[in-house]
Amino acid sequence: MIAFACIFAFALLSLACLLAGYRLVAGPDPLDRVLALDTLVVNAIGIIVAMGIWYGTTLYFEMALLFAMVGFLTTVSFCKFFLRGNVIE
Amino acid sequence: MTFVLEALVALLIVVGAVFTFIGSLGLAILPDMMRRLHAPTKATTLGIGALLIGSLLYFVGLKGEFTAHEALITLFLFITAPVSGMMIAKAFILREKGVRRELPPTGGDTGWATLDPAKPTPTRLPAPIEKS
Repeated sequence: MIAFACIFAFALLSLACLLAGYRLVAGPDPLDRVLALDTLVVNAIGIIVAMGIWYGTTLYFEMALLFAMVGFLTTVSFCKFFLRGNVIE
Repeated sequence: MTFVLEALVALLIVVGAVFTFIGSLGLAILPDMMRRLHAPTKATTLGIGALLIGSLLYFVGLKGEFTAHEALITLFLFITAPVSGMMIAKAFILREKGVRRELPPTGGDTGWATLDPAKPTPTRLPAPIEKS
């Protein structure tokens, strides 16, 4: 049952990544692209977690933790850059 | 007991995947930036939280090994998602001149806090160096 749920989750999360990638390519505003990157990072964390359940190992969760931190830092520094034209003043 | 736990884990995984997908779908098809901001910051955060709680239940209840990673990721995402959403909205309002004219009135004495000029903070000058 969990294996079927994992396959379902893989399919939906991959579709979600494709939709976020569409917005990343087609977004009219640069902030749309920042938002799409943020969503893409969260979808990647979801795929990594589903992969960890599928293989039955907790090895990959450190990667997900690093993804979460780096994704947040990316979003905040992009917003700061668009607001002020500089990241560290 | 094991069957109930497995069913609960599978349900949490499916719910998490569906909510994450709805968040990305809203990001792709909603018509304008401020409306697009709602979907990833709310639905995706809820979905990823359900997925991570399902993973935590799976590894603790069925595998018997405890790792703090899922709880840490959940906590971190739930703290950072509102912050990044607010940063994007603020940057969007301050960048686009047309959006500022379309903002609804706040209904109070003060206007939108993002657009109000900041009060000048009193700066304390460093003490002059005494020359001896």
